[in-house]
Amino acid sequence: MLHIYCPHCGESRDEEEFHPVGQAHIERPKDPDACSDKEWGEFLYFRRNPRGLHHELWVHAAGCRKFFNMTRNTQTYEIKEVYKLGEQPSVVAE
Amino acid sequence: MSDAMLNEKVEATKGKMVMNQIPADIVGESPLHHADLETLASRGQGQGGVHLKEKSLQGLLILRAKPDEVQLAEIESVLGVALPTTPLTSEEKAGEKGDISVRWVSPDEWFIVVPATVAFQLESDFQTSVSGHYSLVNVSSGYTILQLSGDNVVDVLKKSTPIDVHPSVFPIGKVVSSVFAKSGAMMLRRTGDNAFELIIRRSFADYIWLWLQDASMEYGLVIEA
Repeated sequence: MLHIYCPHCGESRDEEEFHPVGQAHIERPKDPDACSDKEWGEFLYFRRNPRGLHHELWVHAAGCRKFFNMTRNTQTYEIKEVYKLGEQPSVVAE
Repeated sequence: MSDAMLNEKVEATKGKMVMNQIPADIVGESPLHHADLETLASRGQGQGGVHLKEKSLQGLLILRAKPDEVQLAEIESVLGVALPTTPLTSEEKAGEKGDISVRWVSPDEWFIVVPATVAFQLESDFQTSVSGHYSLVNVSSGYTILQLSGDNVVDVLKKSTPIDVHPSVFPIGKVVSSVFAKSGAMMLRRTGDNAFELIIRRSFADYIWLWLQDASMEYGLVIEA
């Protein structure tokens, strides 16, 4: 069970209260009409699946119902950092 | 409805375009009506480690806003208490018309508990006195409030929620939203040394009533009316 710090509530809570939403920092193409099928397909369907540091989007589903980002090690499950939407991670994979 | 009647109705409600969702001439029914807590309370066990009381048919409002200083002041003057902007806190005040309690839910959301008779007036006051962008929704029919107290109330909560309710991290007035007995939405607030208040969804009321009976069986459950 992960113990996750919610940056909006300012408190650590049990994983039970949260839902993972997937990879963070996915930007929708500014002009979808100008996209090639490959670009659009990659935006829609293709996600990273790294072994090691991963930036993820989570939602505090049972609490404040706000979204936030988390940098997590997929191998050790260690949570390196939690940061709000719009912010950039300070811990990044080399 | 004819156009003339409709226009008349629109004119009459101008400036306070809110509907009174808890009219005085209709008797409300608590989601635990079928459990008949009053009869259970009158039979009385007298002793037990957990005391349960349903505070039914309150006026419950959800306020959503990202207030600036001007709006904060306007909201405070309408509510009579300051909006708690610190996470997981609540404010309450006894008023002439009844107590008001304002609870932090998320950075832009607050839960307001007032007596049912005051809710409509509060909504109207918001319409006339608060400027800017906000949303105030009457959700009275969607929730009910359970008050839990007694020496063993913490033991029951430990079975039901992952929240740490020790006084060192859960002081009086603190309010959290979390999971409770696997059910989705709930708000828990400490109102006294061994007293908590639980706001649960109407549709989960019967399930939680059954859960609480089971969870407090070993300590003895006393129903209060």
